[in-house]
Amino acid sequence: MDAVLGNAPRASRHAAPNHSSYSTSAVNFLASFYRSSIGKKWIVALTGLALIGYVIGHLVGNLQIFGAPEKINQYAEFLHSMPRALWVVRSVLLAAFFLHIFTTIKLATENRAAKGRTNEMRATTSPKPAKKTMVVSGLLVLSFVAYHLAHFTARITDARFEKLNHDVHTMVILGFQNPLVSGFYLLSVFLLCLHLSHGFQSVPQTFGLNSKSLRNAITKGGQALAWIIFAGYASIPLAVLLKQLTPAH
Amino acid sequence: MSALDSKIPSGPLDTKWERFKFESKLINPSNKRKYEVIVVGSGLAGASAAATLGELGFSVKCFCYQDSPRRAHSIAAQGGINAAKNYQNDGDSVQRLFYDTIKGGDFRSREANVHRLAEVSANIIDQCVAQGVPFAREYGGMLANRSFGGAQVSRTFYARGQTGQQLLLGAYSGLNRQIAAGTVKMFPRTEMLDLVLIDGHAKGIVTRDLSTGKIQSYAADCVILATGGYGNVFYLSTNAKGCNVTATYRAHKKGAFFANPCFTQIHPTCIPVSGDYQSKLTLMSESLRNDGRVWAPKKKGDKRPPQQIPEDERDYFLERKYPSYGNLAPRDISSRSAKEACDEGRGVGESGLGVYLDFADSIKRLSENVVRERYGNLFEMYEQITGEDAYKSPMRIFPAVHYTMGGLWVDYNLMSNLPGLFVLGEANFSDHGANRLGASALMQGLADGYFVIPYTIGNYLAPQLGKRPSTDHPEFKKAEQETRDRINRFLSIKGRRSADSFHRELGLLMWDLCGMARSEKSLQRALNRIPTLRQEFWENLSVTGGNEELNQALEKAGRVADFLEFGELTCLDALERRESCGGHFREEYQTPDGEALRDDEHFAHVAAWEFNGIDKAPTRHAEQLNYESVHLSTRSYK
Amino acid sequence: MNLKLKVWRQKSATAEGRLAEYEARNIPPDASFLEMLDILNEELLAKGDEPIAFDHDCREGICGSCSLTINGIPHGPVNLSATTTCQLYMRKFTDGQTIYIEPFRARSFPIVRDLIVDRSALDRIQRSGGYVTARAGSAPDGNAILIPKTEADSAMEAAACIGCGACVASCPNASAMLFVGAKVSHLNRLPQGQPERHQRTLNMVKKMDEEGFGNCSNHYECEAVCPAEIPVTVITQLNRDYAAASVSKAVS
Repeated sequence: MDAVLGNAPRASRHAAPNHSSYSTSAVNFLASFYRSSIGKKWIVALTGLALIGYVIGHLVGNLQIFGAPEKINQYAEFLHSMPRALWVVRSVLLAAFFLHIFTTIKLATENRAAKGRTNEMRATTSPKPAKKTMVVSGLLVLSFVAYHLAHFTARITDARFEKLNHDVHTMVILGFQNPLVSGFYLLSVFLLCLHLSHGFQSVPQTFGLNSKSLRNAITKGGQALAWIIFAGYASIPLAVLLKQLTPAH
Repeated sequence: MSALDSKIPSGPLDTKWERFKFESKLINPSNKRKYEVIVVGSGLAGASAAATLGELGFSVKCFCYQDSPRRAHSIAAQGGINAAKNYQNDGDSVQRLFYDTIKGGDFRSREANVHRLAEVSANIIDQCVAQGVPFAREYGGMLANRSFGGAQVSRTFYARGQTGQQLLLGAYSGLNRQIAAGTVKMFPRTEMLDLVLIDGHAKGIVTRDLSTGKIQSYAADCVILATGGYGNVFYLSTNAKGCNVTATYRAHKKGAFFANPCFTQIHPTCIPVSGDYQSKLTLMSESLRNDGRVWAPKKKGDKRPPQQIPEDERDYFLERKYPSYGNLAPRDISSRSAKEACDEGRGVGESGLGVYLDFADSIKRLSENVVRERYGNLFEMYEQITGEDAYKSPMRIFPAVHYTMGGLWVDYNLMSNLPGLFVLGEANFSDHGANRLGASALMQGLADGYFVIPYTIGNYLAPQLGKRPSTDHPEFKKAEQETRDRINRFLSIKGRRSADSFHRELGLLMWDLCGMARSEKSLQRALNRIPTLRQEFWENLSVTGGNEELNQALEKAGRVADFLEFGELTCLDALERRESCGGHFREEYQTPDGEALRDDEHFAHVAAWEFNGIDKAPTRHAEQLNYESVHLSTRSYK
Repeated sequence: MNLKLKVWRQKSATAEGRLAEYEARNIPPDASFLEMLDILNEELLAKGDEPIAFDHDCREGICGSCSLTINGIPHGPVNLSATTTCQLYMRKFTDGQTIYIEPFRARSFPIVRDLIVDRSALDRIQRSGGYVTARAGSAPDGNAILIPKTEADSAMEAAACIGCGACVASCPNASAMLFVGAKVSHLNRLPQGQPERHQRTLNMVKKMDEEGFGNCSNHYECEAVCPAEIPVTVITQLNRDYAAASVSKAVS
């Protein structure tokens, strides 16, 4: 960092960056960016944004259950008709998912170390349930995702699903008829959206897109979006439990 | 006549500085790093000096008692900084800034120094802008100005109400750059406790590390003191709690002359004292007097709430006494008038030490919203501190000690009578005479540090190459031992009174007997009582803990011990200056209508005191002030 | 007023600390919080006990020295004091109340004694790039660089930071992002700060990380306690400028 020391002759000797190859410089850049506190925040925000995109896309797909049974089944078949694309998307999501978790855990560990000993009397200026529970809500969502994948994607938790093949409509309704399954689902989606209610507004902040004039809109909009998503996801098991949705056969 | 050679360059006033710069000795760039320079204090003067000298290539060591150089009390200045830029095209010029400063100082400052100050004032603004100081701007992107006390032109540059902080952060950033570059080494939480002289030259200091108590010496080729003023000799002042006279007073005891200590400035618009626990006074911007009317009840001891006092039972004393300036009379005059009202038993508030500053008329005339727009933050501050709503009932204000014009005597080079000891900023006496104008303190601190000392230091340093002693020199060992002995003495008294309680008693005494108005009688009383108090201090002081730790009680003890000697010097100076001028008002010397009566024939001089030993009378030296370009007139604000 | 105080006492950086209980009696409601401690210290001194050490200097809310966590909040509960501890007055408390007084906590702010912490990490961050290289004497005329009022005002908003460190102390992660964001934004928002903009941003963030401060997780406690009312949009700017500086460095 000689360039900032105000020592011109020395600076010119050392300041020339390593131009040997673009790729080394790009790798170095990525590595040092990731090592920095702000770089990690960018990774969390980028991966978070990918996951938000998925959460919204998934909801749009799921809501087709309120249409004719064929509609959602055709949607499922459509997705399965392009296995390569599906696996690309799945891989990207999986990578984003684990990078998100890995980086946030690393950040949380660093943060705990940075704080060191805390005060005997602990207080915050206002209640912040979403912000304080990001790690917990995130980890609970992780366990839900594992179960949810096993339940509907791998179909290994419910013997009835084996013979249903691509009848997603029936599968979902049968699944949610079990109040335990619905209850866990509702709780998890609630936690997910609590997580998102803070996550949404954090993304533009980390990307440097927040501003005084946008700030209120970003905060309120982010929270509203989170709870709209919650309403969307929650509507399906609730409709099943309230017998508004019944199997076609 | 005296030992005082001001070394003012010859020639016409407006060419002196140019000529001086040309005739000054330069130091070969490759030799500069061989010189060690000690800077004590990191306020505007200290930080700017350390940064500039570091940049020039000197090896600088900078010391401050705060935990960071950014906290020095320059930070608290609110109003602004003057500069003769004439951006407003309203008739300003170097000559006018020079004249306003000389006149504001009641003709008790040195012409050549003040002219130089006015000359470099414009460079200060440029330098600060380049550093990124966010001065207020007009819509077109040009620098904004406002007018300020005692001037008829708009020459004050400002950054919100925190010009001091922004300028200090600018100097601090320059200092940081040099610390990073390795040219300056910073010693925070380190207090200078003694000056070391070798063959009569200032060649080092003894310090105490405030975190560990370690006593350590540092040697240098010269020592710069930029340690601020001594307003805390009054205990209650607008100064920070840590401000003290120790560095300059220690230097004084080693032979540096102390000039004009009786020139202290009392600011009229401060929040009154509310109890004997009070630790400090808070200043509110003088701008309040633009729309507020100052009054006191006509009747003695009138304890009715202000709203219930009818108009004809109120005395708007400034408007009555100074019809042309009214509530905008200068600081010293407004302060004294408020004191008179209180002395007559007409003061308000629980203590009876306060007068009203009433905005009712302005609110009626302009609406509460306009008043809120102009002074909202000040009203909020007042509410925070007093719990009173000044929109509903008038503010209570009272004068408070704010700035000290006196300081160590320096010549045109800013060097004291001790070779190698330079004194900058409020710590020296040089530029403000008997009264400082608003927005001139910041100007002087930065002028000294950025633009004067870099030129003047060479004249002393050039022949000193290779003469720096080591800290093994017996003089260093002796000074260290004396410092340790003194600390041990504080710790071994084991009496019953805290240093603070002595400080408070001294302050009260100084305020009563050597405050806004002084008389032969009051000063004699003070001079009788201070030695007694000092004696009690040395017999009954209580300091807990030890030296080898962070010990705030011990720090205070050292500072109060110096104030207890210095207070006496202040009173003596006030006694010997048998005239009234600027901030120094002697009751015996006033015009029939109560205005200050200067005695130019006998007192147009700087009084510089030489220390001869505790309990021994100091010697008073006089430096005659010769005015070549201004005519000595009488200030009138009627 | 009479108050029950629970004050953190710790003899030195390495000593074990603990909360000690004190009774503060006959406290005038018009006293400031620090004057309340002065009164208590006088009593302690009179009894021959060591007074409570705490940092303070200007006592008018600008020097940034005072650094007390009061009832869990740096500079005291925000509904009581809009600014620093020294500007908090006892009339805002209720008679008989229990008050916890603890230092500013963060691993990067080691305790020196009692309530005094070492905040020199903030100075070191400033040294890593918080300046414009402007040699004394070389500056152009102040009006040579025109700065639109809105730009000057927004730089001023960031420059108002008093460096007290309450942002770090209030942050559950002990992050210094509000401080660094304020310092970076102040200079990066001005034309004078442009030539060194990228290097400044990279260096100051690097130093911030090296000093062991935590990461911002957008809790915004810092903004709520900041006595200078620095908004978290300075953190937005830091995030943006850091990414831009990193990219610019990678492709240059």
